[in-house]
Amino acid sequence: MNEFLLVFRRDYQTREDQPSPDQMQEHFKNWKNWFGSIAAQDKLARPLQRWDGEGKVVNHDKTILNGPYAEIKESIGGLIVIKAANYEEAAEIAKSCPILELGGNVEIRMAL
Amino acid sequence: MEEKELLPHLFRTEYQKMVSVLCYTFGIEHIEVAQDIVSDTFLSATEVWSIKGIPENPPAWLYTVAKNKTKNYLKRDSLFEKKISEEIRYTTLASEQIEIDMSQKNIADSQLAMIFTVCDPSISNESQIALALNLLCGFGIQEIADAFLTNKEVVYKRINRAKEKLKEAKIKIEQPSKLAINMRLETVLTTLYLLFSEGYYSISQNTVLRKDLCAEAMRLNYLLVENEDTNQPQVNALLALMCFHASRFEARTDDNGELVLYEDQDESRWDRKLMERGEYFLNEAASGDKLTKFHLEAGIAYWHTHKEDTPEKWENILDLYNHLLILEYSPIAALNRTFALAKTNGKEQAILEAEKLNLTTNLFYHSLLGNLYSDLDDKKALAHFEMAIVLAHSSSDKSLILKNIKRLKKEG
Repeated sequence: MNEFLLVFRRDYQTREDQPSPDQMQEHFKNWKNWFGSIAAQDKLARPLQRWDGEGKVVNHDKTILNGPYAEIKESIGGLIVIKAANYEEAAEIAKSCPILELGGNVEIRMAL
Repeated sequence: MEEKELLPHLFRTEYQKMVSVLCYTFGIEHIEVAQDIVSDTFLSATEVWSIKGIPENPPAWLYTVAKNKTKNYLKRDSLFEKKISEEIRYTTLASEQIEIDMSQKNIADSQLAMIFTVCDPSISNESQIALALNLLCGFGIQEIADAFLTNKEVVYKRINRAKEKLKEAKIKIEQPSKLAINMRLETVLTTLYLLFSEGYYSISQNTVLRKDLCAEAMRLNYLLVENEDTNQPQVNALLALMCFHASRFEARTDDNGELVLYEDQDESRWDRKLMERGEYFLNEAASGDKLTKFHLEAGIAYWHTHKEDTPEKWENILDLYNHLLILEYSPIAALNRTFALAKTNGKEQAILEAEKLNLTTNLFYHSLLGNLYSDLDDKKALAHFEMAIVLAHSSSDKSLILKNIKRLKKEG
């Protein structure tokens, strides 16, 4: 078993792309079940950690911006570390990640 | 109460109190002396009461006799006098006469000190439970052997080894400090939880004994609730969990001693009073900022006290299992989560999730899949139940699975 970092990103900025409160509620439920599903397979490698939504970005010129947004609109919604045999299995797990429902993506990196 | 019933009853309630107080006074080195004196006290009671009748206040009589026997013992045993009474004098600040304090407060303090001693991490969980039953619950070696489905010899050895270990480690029987409580409370709760489970899930057919085990675990847990320092949210959560489970004790076995599944239980046999007690302790548990597995399990058990299948019930149970698994993985929680998922999201999705669990050598994995496939794909359901039969050890598990197989074959 290897460990894989899954990073969830989506556009939290563009107003018309944000989910309604009802959608959000459903979305949260899906997250909880997705985490539960990974945990039920004993594939959660680290305890879950919640991350603040505010954030800051330090640019190459050392200016500090408020908000987690760099030049691109996407920002990190969260990350987890899971156990999987290989990239294929990790990707299979990421396929059911709820971030995809809202147009986001999952970046996968294997721990060395 | 007649004498015939009174003595066993007093033995159950008073033995451990007196042993605790004496151990608390003597120290870990002399557990056996404490147990001997108390056993001897009960022997005297049997003799004297059969001739002179039952005294007005039986517990007080027992306490007085135990005190006198202790004093006599101390006078008689010069070695003990030299070694121990100095220690005792030292702790009680040089009173000339050794006082055995049998006040309610000292009994409670002693019992708390003993719970923390018995649950010392230096001895294994198995030994902790055996020792707890022997020292804190007044269970005889035979009874413990029956509960564990093993023989007296094994239990005897286990208990003695545990006592030796405690002595070697020079564990002090003392009031746990706040720091010690915070560090060790979880171990203590785990032992009580295992003690309760031993009674609740034991494959022993002796229902009376199993009920006793559960009752003892609840009593010890209640001692922790009654003490200001140990009356913490997770302690209340565990007690709530025990109350909710215990409320179904009568309904979960039939007249032949066979297990009755939750869905088939007669709700009118559930103990309302215990359910209410459970709710009370669950409310007490809802303070502070720590969410422990006992909170989550108590929450799950709470929802199970509502017999009716509502979306709300299963959504909540699923959510609690998700939390529980994230906190601490266990195969049984993973299987139960999948069962809850079938209730909220349908059998098809639950089957997909179940097959990811990788628990193919687990009996309950196959009986879960057998249940999920029933009516969807009876052939597969049957195959899983047949696998389950192979993996089942206890006769009650086997007969439950056989019932399912029979039902499938009848319909098919």
